[in-house]
Amino acid sequence: MAVQKLPIAKAINESLRTALENDPKVLVMGEDVGKLGGVFRVTDGLQKDFGEERVIDTPLAESGIVGTAIGLALRGYRPVVEIQFDGFVFPAYDQIVTQLAKMHARALGKIKMPVVIRIPYGGGIGAVEHHSESPEALFAHVAGLKVVSPSNAGDAYWMMQQAIQSDDPVIFFEPKRRYWDKGEVDKEAIPGPLHKAVVAREGSDLTLAAYGPMVKVCLEAAAAAEEEGKSLEVLDLRSMSPIDFDAVQASVERTRRLVVVHEAPVFLGTGAEIAARITERCFYHLEAPVLRVGGYHAPYPPARLEEEYLPGLDRVLDAVDRSLAY
Amino acid sequence: MTVESTAARKPRRSSTGGAKRAGAKKAAPQKSTEPELVQLLTPEGKRVENAQYESYVADITPQELRGLYRDMVLTRRFDAEATSLQRQGELGLWASLLGQEAAQIGSGRATRDDDYVFPTYREHGVAWCRGVDPTNLLGMFRGVNNGGWDPNSNNFHLYTIVIGAQTLHAAGYAMGVAKDGADSAVIAYFGDGASSQGDVAESFTFSAVYNAPVVFFCQNNQWAISEPTERQTRVPLYQRAQGYGFPGVRVDGNDVLAVLAVTKWALERARAGEGPALIEAFTYRMGAHTTSDDPSKYRNDDERVAWEAKDPILRLRAYLESEGHADEGFFAELDEESEALGKRVREVVRAMPDPDLMAIFEHAYADGHALVDEERAQFAAYQASFADAPEGGEGK
Repeated sequence: MAVQKLPIAKAINESLRTALENDPKVLVMGEDVGKLGGVFRVTDGLQKDFGEERVIDTPLAESGIVGTAIGLALRGYRPVVEIQFDGFVFPAYDQIVTQLAKMHARALGKIKMPVVIRIPYGGGIGAVEHHSESPEALFAHVAGLKVVSPSNAGDAYWMMQQAIQSDDPVIFFEPKRRYWDKGEVDKEAIPGPLHKAVVAREGSDLTLAAYGPMVKVCLEAAAAAEEEGKSLEVLDLRSMSPIDFDAVQASVERTRRLVVVHEAPVFLGTGAEIAARITERCFYHLEAPVLRVGGYHAPYPPARLEEEYLPGLDRVLDAVDRSLAY
Repeated sequence: MTVESTAARKPRRSSTGGAKRAGAKKAAPQKSTEPELVQLLTPEGKRVENAQYESYVADITPQELRGLYRDMVLTRRFDAEATSLQRQGELGLWASLLGQEAAQIGSGRATRDDDYVFPTYREHGVAWCRGVDPTNLLGMFRGVNNGGWDPNSNNFHLYTIVIGAQTLHAAGYAMGVAKDGADSAVIAYFGDGASSQGDVAESFTFSAVYNAPVVFFCQNNQWAISEPTERQTRVPLYQRAQGYGFPGVRVDGNDVLAVLAVTKWALERARAGEGPALIEAFTYRMGAHTTSDDPSKYRNDDERVAWEAKDPILRLRAYLESEGHADEGFFAELDEESEALGKRVREVVRAMPDPDLMAIFEHAYADGHALVDEERAQFAAYQASFADAPEGGEGK
């Protein structure tokens, strides 16, 4: 019973259920999260079991959803908000950046903002415009927010538990194309800290750092590289704010090479920050510049082109080859 | 409520004969002559009856009336002191409430302790009613903090600068009140400019569909910095409520008694589970938008002069005097209290210390953040590196 094999979507569903059971102040709110169970069915069955007062179908207005969640948090609730798709978050961006992120500081610590904003993100599902974006850097850039993304079902369960328990606002990016990937969930485990990176695969020649949907790609790349006699370490960052630079540093001090992989455009992205910090921290350990693999500085392309836009195994290995060639 | 468009269609400007565009334009800021609004005290201080709202102030005592007068006078005095402090460089900026005392004191005094208030950045009079020490409001304008009071001490939320954002917080808070089964109400302040913001529209929608106990209190002070209300709306603002399915009412915002009555009505129905209401307090921003603003660039002084005749403090004084509710001693005592308040505010502000340097990093997060810890340590080490520097260098 303790260990179940669940898809990521179901692991999040179970985590929300646990939170709703354990804390009467937890609310789930968003567009279509009630009867329908969300467009990805992540909240499936929750309204039936916890009622309309706790699993709330909201008007179709993202700023309103986040703005009222802030008000509910001021009243002592712990809202878990769903934004239906990555590209739909921007009407709420003002509330998130100017209100949610700063309120604790503006009140000199007298009030807290325990709000979780769930955002299914990333491409690879053949969706139409605005349904495939990776805007995590736009949130990680904002002080006052924490930003995380699980890559597997076990993390999805536990990171959601920890995000809901956090007294800071957490932007919880869910890798939508991995929603149906199954993994082990141990509800009796003692989870590691929310913002710590985890070595997903050990290796000695080069470190691949990734999070969310790209961890799987990196693991596949490491497996392919092994056949060529290259030993790649895969670091699952899990958190984009804060970033566990200590873990990246420790890995790079062993492997001396780093490639950061994400779907989001590389320009001013998570990888850029990691490259800068690791260059500062590991200047004398590095055998090659930190390389980045990610999206381009262009609007997310139509679905028929996304396979080439998204970092895949070959693009990751191409960067690995370039790094190893130094 | 009667729609006023019929009145607005009358050719009022025909007497100016060759009025032409320029003349018409000049007359435009006069707004819709006298809009239909709830009034209990005329500008001359005569008590008039209003069948619908009379009962909410029917039992008001002379002492309470003097209290409202005192609130308005002290608030105006505080506001004037803050403006002076800005002029003297003690504050970086000040947003004066001059002219809006009745709208703020009347509505603020209608609230109960357990109600919750979401202000803009100009609700100094409401803060006063909630028991927030006025000097607390000045920290952000002096630049020693970005808010600085505990919202839960007086159920008075932090000032909100991004226009209209707080109305959603109020709607959400009110949803929470309803979930708790409490009989408190919430009041959200905003202005005529904010009425154009999407957040205000969304807050109307959310509170309407969840029947949240929130009162939307719009101080229509006729100007959003340089833009007249005509640039924000084609219908009287209170009529917007109708489209959302809750009542809207326009009240004479310079009549403290009428504002008190109408706000009590709205708060009571919210507490009774009857949902939101919109109050448009028709008033006038007598001063500049803030101390950085210059109204002579965009509005006619005649307009301000016309509104001076509707001053909220003078009209209540006229009423108090004509009814014999206040004697010379009361006014003299209040003058003294007023000067003492000004003096205290000045002293407290001038003694406000600059925050400690490390306050930059304080409260960025409730549960801490590795990057903040790292940068705090770096910043501290950098500052410490100047410890042995000789006096008279670049630093102070």
